[in-house]
Order: sequence, then structure tokens, then C-alpha cells
Amino acid sequence: MIDVTLESVSKRFARAGDTAAVDDVDISIAAGEFFTLLGPSGCGKTTTLRMVAGFYFPTSGRIRFGTEDVTHRPPNKRDTGMVFQNYALFPHMSVAQNVAYGLKIRKVGRAESARRIDEALGQVHLAGYGDRRIDQLSGGQQQRVALARALVIRPRTLLLDEPLSNLDAKLREETRVEIRRIQQEAGTTAIYVTHDQAEAMAMSDRIAVMESGRVRQIGAPQEIYHRPATAFVARFIGRSNVLDLPVVTAAAETVTVGLPDGSETAVTAPVDHGLRAGDTALVSVRPEHLGLTSPTEAGALTGRVTEVEFTGMATNLVVEVAGEPVQVAAIDVPAGTAVGDQVGLRLNRQRMWVVQP
Amino acid sequence: MSTIPATPSPATVPPVTTDPAPPKAGRPRRGLNANSPWFPYLLVFPLVLILFGYVVQPMFATFAESVGVDGVANYSEFVTGTGVARSALLTSLMISAASVLLCGIVGVAMAFLLKRFSFPGRRLIEAIILVPAALPPLIGAISFQLLYSETGILPRGLQHLLGTEDPVLPFTGIGGVLVVHTFTMYPFFYLAASAALTGMDPSVEEAAYNLGASRVRVWRTVLLPMLTPALVSASLLVFMTSLASYTAPLLFGVDRTMTMQIYINRTNGDLPMASTYASVLAVASVLFLLGMRWYEGRRSYRSQSKGVASHRREITNPLGKWLALTASVLATLVLLAPVATIALVAFSRDGSWTTEVIPSEYTMQNFVTIFSDPGAYRPILNSLRMSVLATVGCVVVGVLIAYAVRRLDFRGRGLLDVAVMLAWALPGTVVAINLISAFSTGNAFSFGQVLIGTFWIMPLAYFVRFLPLVFRSSSATLAQLDPSLEEAARNLGAPWWRAFGTVTLRLMLPGVLAGALLAFVNGVGEFVASVLIYTSETAPISVEINNRMYSFEVGTAAAYGMLQVVLIFIVMVFSGRLQNGGRAAREAVKWTA
Repeated sequence: MIDVTLESVSKRFARAGDTAAVDDVDISIAAGEFFTLLGPSGCGKTTTLRMVAGFYFPTSGRIRFGTEDVTHRPPNKRDTGMVFQNYALFPHMSVAQNVAYGLKIRKVGRAESARRIDEALGQVHLAGYGDRRIDQLSGGQQQRVALARALVIRPRTLLLDEPLSNLDAKLREETRVEIRRIQQEAGTTAIYVTHDQAEAMAMSDRIAVMESGRVRQIGAPQEIYHRPATAFVARFIGRSNVLDLPVVTAAAETVTVGLPDGSETAVTAPVDHGLRAGDTALVSVRPEHLGLTSPTEAGALTGRVTEVEFTGMATNLVVEVAGEPVQVAAIDVPAGTAVGDQVGLRLNRQRMWVVQP
Repeated sequence: MSTIPATPSPATVPPVTTDPAPPKAGRPRRGLNANSPWFPYLLVFPLVLILFGYVVQPMFATFAESVGVDGVANYSEFVTGTGVARSALLTSLMISAASVLLCGIVGVAMAFLLKRFSFPGRRLIEAIILVPAALPPLIGAISFQLLYSETGILPRGLQHLLGTEDPVLPFTGIGGVLVVHTFTMYPFFYLAASAALTGMDPSVEEAAYNLGASRVRVWRTVLLPMLTPALVSASLLVFMTSLASYTAPLLFGVDRTMTMQIYINRTNGDLPMASTYASVLAVASVLFLLGMRWYEGRRSYRSQSKGVASHRREITNPLGKWLALTASVLATLVLLAPVATIALVAFSRDGSWTTEVIPSEYTMQNFVTIFSDPGAYRPILNSLRMSVLATVGCVVVGVLIAYAVRRLDFRGRGLLDVAVMLAWALPGTVVAINLISAFSTGNAFSFGQVLIGTFWIMPLAYFVRFLPLVFRSSSATLAQLDPSLEEAARNLGAPWWRAFGTVTLRLMLPGVLAGALLAFVNGVGEFVASVLIYTSETAPISVEINNRMYSFEVGTAAAYGMLQVVLIFIVMVFSGRLQNGGRAAREAVKWTA
């Protein structure tokens, strides 16, 4: 267990012109933390992970494990345990031989090896599967062998590259709970790469949201969800309405903005929002923080329903307010609400938040 | 063939904001570090040296030889002369064009019959369809000579049957050459067309019928256009192989072909002229190779949908059934006849077969001779020793080149690939002439030794000719291995060499083994290059067969031939059993037959 620090790490690939796949990334991960790199495909999250593993070397910047500089250390000297997206299990070895591979290289004694392999397979609920061939295992079992193989060497950090993306939806949810449990038990620092925001929220201590090679926000899941730093983060994590609203007055942590119906409201803003009266603020409000009400209710915005979609738990609506579509997720929608109806929208002002573009 | 790193596509990479130029990342370290930017070059450098020294540089030496004495005068004969050079070139081109046509008709027809129809005997024919092509070049040509030439079994048999004065329907000269070419090269078309037909989505054809097209129209507008890419590459392959063909013109006495002129000029001691012919053929090979690479992968119509598997049509009408049955019996006979003939003749007493349809006296003596007479089994030892040496070289170099081309990122990767495949594209006669030109004096790549007239030139020629087999076969298996397997091993602490050995190489093994076996049997059957560079000490089996044929020891020649044939079938069965290896081998054969 060790802390991992990335200092202004950038990576440019020779073949991709002069563009950076990872651009000036600063991350420090505490020992024992479950840290997730989250972002859409091509955002640089896997490249970042592969630099931590040592498969790529950064074009500039430093990577440290504790105080040790590992920036240019070859992958076999880093003592990380990686779980690959396609598991990368050695097809010519049995389950036990796969798990034993790293121990053999570390010249762990026979008895100790056997004990640790049993322990690791037990940890992933595969005790007794040691003699199986890899192609006799289901996808979920293969995934767990890959995890056991990475854990058995007691790596300084566990690296997971979209390990759940090849599993079906139900198994994915079960396995993410398992991975989190195993990581907690082992107390290992874990760096997890995913494009699935629900997965990231459910598993992580902290998340770094990446876009276009840059880190847009680092924070705990709740923080990222409720206080997204940018419009991108707001939209990428869950769903969000990002409204362009005129700034009436601006204070240190509050900005008063004008609403489409002419009323005004105070909205929480980050300290360094830099907005002044007359500017346009981007205000994020989540669909579940808008309530459906009668159009005549005082303080409610009015609009016309243009889409209704019943999903079981909630009803998703699109309501056009002063020409702008606004997404609403409401749990109690009056029966018979249909496209074309005039409705009122009640804003949960505490949950509105100014974001950066 | 672009499998290398996960370089993000430009579209997904953000524009760079104004960043100062980053400091250089790689600092020098000791030892072989696979992550260092220098690592690929360290590994590739010796490989480049080998390919340059034994494939590329000899080609230049040949060119130098061809212009050394008379300047370009030799070349102008091809353009303006009325003599041998021009007519040899034209004859070669003509034979190649005709071969393409004949092989195309036979191969595509066979593919359609076997892949689209169901009839008795189909499975047997599918199993033996590649047998004639699998024979070593010399023994294959000899078997056709024994079967279809003026003195052949079929024309003489018909003569006896019909009571005519002369043999009936004998194939001689160019006709004979074309028969050999058709039988040995139609598999290029057969394999390409049947792969295209199997990979084709049957629902595309069904859609055309559903839209109201007639059967002829479906053929013309759907099936043939979809087969086009396969047919174009097969045509190129057959054309090139025909141009390189040497044994068929030799046995049917067609002197005015490029390859025969190389041989004739070389034996007459006119090396500059032989080199000129070789250079012209080499240029043709390079052009062909580039054309092939350009066309390859440009278009292909593989099925993308799952669902309905292609189905065979049952032949239902009674006449058709009888026709199909007769045709398949006939096809089986024709396909097995060459091997059967060699087997039969191998047991005939030398000198006993004169004007009879088939030999009249049989004996085991031929086999006793080749295994007991010291002079007679030396060629066998020679062939085995030279093939083993060449195979070892092919495996070491071929596997590393395959790894470098598939897995490493370095400048000139494409060139390395082209250089290996050049060895494949060059006709055997040209390879021999190139080695003669390069190593008739010592040079750096022969450590200052003259190689011509020594033992070493032979395994070297085999190495150059069959390296692409191991390369292709290894490369095909490597393509199916996920690069993350090796990364996983590295991540678990294995240094590069250990990860390569315990994971990558281990998993490549079936393909490597299949390729090595192919290289080995091809070495044992090699004739085309050997005949230009052997000495009496180093004559391999095929050269011995040729010499025995000349001294009318047909039985003994066929006995040697049987040895090669048996070896080939053992290897074919064995590599078919290798997991994945069979496929890799087939892939390699498709490219190098």
C-alpha cells in the first residue's frame, strides 16, 4: 500500500501529430484509496493508467510511488498488479499457474506460493478452481482469476482497466461490489479506469473526471455529483440541465441570476467563479431537482410538455421553458400528463450550482 | 497489419494548448530495456542486416553483374532484339496469362461445385483437392510427364485402346507446361474463391432473389462482383508463380522461357546474361509484390451479419445426380493419379519400361538402393542436413521478424515486411543467381569466404527461399494473440525476454512449428535453386531425381520421389493436428505455395 503521485504528466504519441493524449495531469492518490479515472473514450484515462503501469513513459512530468520516482522504470520493476480489460489470462496455463506466474518471478518458495495462491483464489471465491483451464471458465470467473493474479503478488497498487466492461449488466453490479470489498480487505491502493459513471460513483473514494487529456475535476462522488466544476462534468455525471442565465448581482460564493419568467434567484457558485453583473452564468440543475407542479403556483416556472417517457421508477419529461428544453425526472407525475400540457416547474434552489464552461 | 500501439486517433485527441516543448523523456539506461525507445532498433538491427545481406544486396549484385560487361546492351535485347531474349520474355508472359485463365476456370468452378452443391463424393474430393499442388515441384512435374506426355500413361493407354498409330491426346511443349501449371496452381483460385464463398453472407444473395433478380442476374451483379477481390489476388499469384515456374518448362522442353534461359545461360557460363534475365524477373517480382500489397485489403466483402449459415444445394434431378457422381469419380482419379503414378513407378525395375502403357516389371530394389548404396543415400543425407540447417535459421529469424513487424513500433517497419516478402516473391532461379552473383567472391556477409561451390550456399538458398513461410505462419498466430498477454506478464514482474519466452513465444509455438515443418519439407523437395548451385558433393534429393531421370533410371528417381511425398504427407497430417498451427500453415501455404 502506497500513495501515488502524478506531477504535470503529459503524453504525446509520435504518430498522432503534436496533440497530447494526456495533458498536464496532476493527481495525488492517498495510500489505500480507491481512486477512479472517469471519462469518455479517448479522454486519456487508459493512457494515464498505462503510464502508472509503465507501459508508456510520460513525455514530460513525474510519477512517484511514495517518495520513489518511477517515471521511467520498466513495468516489470514497478510492483503493480494490473487487471486488463480483456483479462489477459495466459491461455496455456491453468488457473493456478496463472496466479502463480508473478510469484514464480518473485522466487516465492513452493509452500508459501501454494498458500498464497489458495488464499487469493479463496478471496475471489474460486477455491478449488486451480486446476481448471482458462477456457473452461465463464467471463465472470475469468475476471476474478485476473483479479487474484494481480492481488497475489501483494502489489503496491492495484491497477484496473475497465475490468467490468466485458460482463453483462447484472454480473457487473455484483462484481463491482466484490472488487470494492476485496480492495478494502487487502487495503491496497487501487486506480480504476472506467467510462461508466454509475460504476465510478458506486466504487470510488475519489474520482478524477477526464476530458480531452485533461483532468476536469477531482473529488468524492457526492462532491462531483452535487458540485460539478464544469458543464462537461455536470452533463457526463448523471444528467443535467445547464442553463444560460444572466447574472444580476455577483458575490463571493453566491450569484443572483435572472430566470426565464423574469424572477430572480440566488445560486451557489464556486469561490473563483469570476462572474460579474451582466455576464451569463452557466447554472446546472439536475432533472431530479426539478419538481412538477401546477402552472399557477407562485414562484414556479411555466412551460409546455414536449416529451413524456415513463421508466418505472420515475417519469422523464422534457418541458419547454421560454423556448429552452428542460429535462425533468419526477416521481409523482399527475396521471394523464401528456405532450402539450402547460405545467409549472418548482426549482430546488439549494441544488442549483454555477459551473465553468 | 497495423496492430501496434493504442495510439489515439487524431479525432479523439484534444488540440494542444500552448505548452512549452517537453524535455526529452528517455534517459540512457544499461541493459535491454523493452520500454526504451531504442529497444526496437536494437532487436531489429541484426534482422535488417540479415535481410539486406542475403536478400536485397545479392539482388543488387546480380544487377551489377548484368551491366558489368556490356552496360545496358543485355537489356536492350528484350526491347529491340529479335532473338532469344525477346521471345523468351513473350513466351513466359503468354504462358503466365494462359495459366491464369485456365487456373481461374478450374479453380472457381471447383470452389462453386464443392461449396454450393451437395453430391456424393464431395467430402472425399474436398479432402484430396490440394494433393497435386502439395507435391514437390520436380516430382509433381515428373508425374504429369509420366501421365500425359507423348510417352505418358494416358496417351499410350488410349493408343492401345483405340488401336491408333500414335499416342492419343499427348501434351507436349507449351501444352504440357500448361497442364502442369493448371493442376498445380488452380488451388490459388480454389482457396481464394472458396474462402470468399464461405465468408459471404448468404442473405445478400437471398436479398437479390427477393428483389426479383434471376439466377443469371444474381451471378452477374452480386456473386461475381463479390468474388472480384479474391480473384484478382489469385490471378496475380498465379501469374507470378507461372513466371517463376522452372520445372515444367524443363521437363516439357520449352527452352524459351525466362527461367530456362537463366539456367541455360548459367550452364553455358554467360553469367552476365543469366543475371540480366534474373534482374528482369526480379523487377517483375517486386512490381508484383507492390501490386499485391496495394490491392490487399483494399476491398473485401466479408459477412458482417450473424444468423443464417450458408447452405449447399442438394442436386435432385436424376440426370444431374449421375453426372455429379461420374464427375466426382473422375475428379478423384485425376487428383490422385500423380501420386499413384509416382508410387507405381517407384516399384518398377529401372530400364524395364519402354513402350508399355505401364511398367511391366516390379521390384523393391529401388528402395533398397536409395537406402543402402552410399552414393545413392548421400543426396538424402544432404537434403536432410541442409533443410534442418535452413529451418533453424528460418525459425530464429522468421519468428523475430514476425514479432518486430507485428509488435514493435519503429521506423521502417513496412520496409522490413516488404524485404521478407521479397524473398518469397523472387523466383527460385533468381534467388540462386543472386547468391551466385553476391558470393562468388567473398564479402562481408559471407565473412570474406567464397560460398559458391561450398556446402553453405545450399542451406543459405533454402533459408532465403523458405524464411517467408516461417514468417507468415508465425505472424498469423501472433496476430491472434492479444498484446496485453505479454503486458500482463511484464506487469507481474517478468523482464522482456522472460515475458516473450514464457508467454508470447510459447503461444506462438503451434504456428512456428507449422511454419518450420513447411520450411523443412520444402527444403527436402527443393530443386529450382539447388540445380543452379549444387556440386557433386552437395546434390540434394531433387537434383539426384533429375539426374536419374536423365540416365533413364526412372524407377529409382520415383523411389526418391516417394520419399519426398511420404514426408510431405506425414508433415501435413501432423501440422493439421497442431492446435491453430494448421490454420497458420494454411495461411502461409496460401501465400507461398
